[in-house]
Amino acid sequence: MTKPRAFDVRRQSGFAFVALCCFVLLYLPIILLVVFSFNAGQSIAIWEGFSWRWYVSAWQNEKVQDATVLSLIIATCASLVATSVAVMAALATTRTGTFRGSALVFGMINQPLMIPEIVTAVALLIFFAMVKVATGYTGLWYLIIAHSAFCIPFAYMPIRARLQGMDLSLEQAAADLYGTPWRVFRMVTLPQLWPGVLAGAMLAFVISLDNVIITEFAKSAGQDTLPTYMLGQLRRVVTPEINAISTVLLAISVALVVAFYLLSKSKKQ
Amino acid sequence: MPNGVRTARRRWLLLTPALVILLFAATGPLLIVLVYSFLTPGDYGGVVWTFSTDAWFNVVVERDFFDDTLSFADAHLSIFWRSVKLSLVTTLVAFIVGFPTAYFIATRPRETRDMWMLLIMVPFWTNLLIRTFAVMEIIRNEGVINTGLIQLGIIDAPIQMLFTEFAVTLGMVYVYLPLMVLPIYASMERMDFSLIEAGYDLYASRWRILRKVIFPLVKPGVVAGSILVFVPALGAYVTPRVLGGGKQLMLGNLIELQFGQGRNWPLGAALSISLLAIVMVALFVYVRSAGTQEGRHD
Repeated sequence: MTKPRAFDVRRQSGFAFVALCCFVLLYLPIILLVVFSFNAGQSIAIWEGFSWRWYVSAWQNEKVQDATVLSLIIATCASLVATSVAVMAALATTRTGTFRGSALVFGMINQPLMIPEIVTAVALLIFFAMVKVATGYTGLWYLIIAHSAFCIPFAYMPIRARLQGMDLSLEQAAADLYGTPWRVFRMVTLPQLWPGVLAGAMLAFVISLDNVIITEFAKSAGQDTLPTYMLGQLRRVVTPEINAISTVLLAISVALVVAFYLLSKSKKQ
Repeated sequence: MPNGVRTARRRWLLLTPALVILLFAATGPLLIVLVYSFLTPGDYGGVVWTFSTDAWFNVVVERDFFDDTLSFADAHLSIFWRSVKLSLVTTLVAFIVGFPTAYFIATRPRETRDMWMLLIMVPFWTNLLIRTFAVMEIIRNEGVINTGLIQLGIIDAPIQMLFTEFAVTLGMVYVYLPLMVLPIYASMERMDFSLIEAGYDLYASRWRILRKVIFPLVKPGVVAGSILVFVPALGAYVTPRVLGGGKQLMLGNLIELQFGQGRNWPLGAALSISLLAIVMVALFVYVRSAGTQEGRHD
């Protein structure tokens, strides 16, 4: 007896091929970028042997050093600020019904996701120019606050998701046992919320570290972060030094995103 | 104190820090842009605080310097048109590539789907500038494609790909593709494959199944993906700047010009609000269509 050939209802001809092409195209440019960061020659297309020279030259480049330090300071401060205020905002807006003004609140929190970045960038350029004239202060806080603002929705989302999946009864029990609101938050809510907070902070850090447009418009003279430094360099002759800097930034982002993924996976279990 | 009042007060206290930051660095500045679009440009950038609607007229018409006749601002309109055109093409190409990819992932075994989606999303969370730059390195005259083709003897001189509309479109498809795959995959994952089986039992061809069964089922995901790609593409700044090289300007670059060389801040503000308006219309259409879709399923 011959068995009829299995008919796969899920198969669509050519789809697997397109998907495969999609994955190859998605990763090929990035892989080439990384490969040529190790090139011994000047070229970004002709391989002349393995070398660390571009990493060394990037490491010794004072402008790159300054930009790296600035990027890290801003990303750290912005993710701390954004995560703290996002935790409070999530506590206020989760596990309650709609309240008066809730549409406005959600609109404001999600604004950085909806408004084209160039518009926000221009808006900050105008506004900060006014504030700079009025106060005379041209320091780093403009960038930190600007970064905090667009990091808020990214920090808010995983925290809110975590809060929504949490069991209210433990907190109610703690409150019944005369725990003060602060004590209940610190001893009961926060330990359960922690994976969401960490995930939010990591996402905010990556988003801040990668930002180009808003930084480019909101910065004062001499406040280059790594991405704005790289944008400035692209006008000149490109050497694999840019590839080396890119590779390091990529590695940081990928590590944090994978960690974020594992964190958010663990909370499902 | 009644309980409700206390809850409301606690809620607003908790919300205050986030709202203050957003008001200072997002919502507030946006309102100032709206005000600036009705002012007069200063001689060296900035504005003079006299009311004027010139900026809004200048978005679409030009006043001749000598005889005051009005004509369409061709430069602006052609950039508007290019922005819309390239964003639409980007959305279409992203759909053509993204739809089969989402389908491929949705039909993998359950355990491996998350891994495939992670592969799609990892590039998305890496630096936009770096990804654009990676595309640039491949297609530039000294890049891998041209060098390779010349060494193989297929062409004699490099093909100019960088600084063309093709380069900008390719770059935008590359950076925004994950935004198309994600929502389509989300709606495909919930799809009931027994419906497809029923279709085959009724002798439908694969193409007919795709068009009449699968596509209608995942249409909300396709609409969401298209909006998610179209909106950032329309406001793109980095990709056209890096891959278009100052020749293939899009709206984002035109806006920047007004704050740099152009020194016409009110015009830049008016262009920003115009861009924002188009984006809002797109988002509104999306919300409406998502709403009616849900209504139909219930």
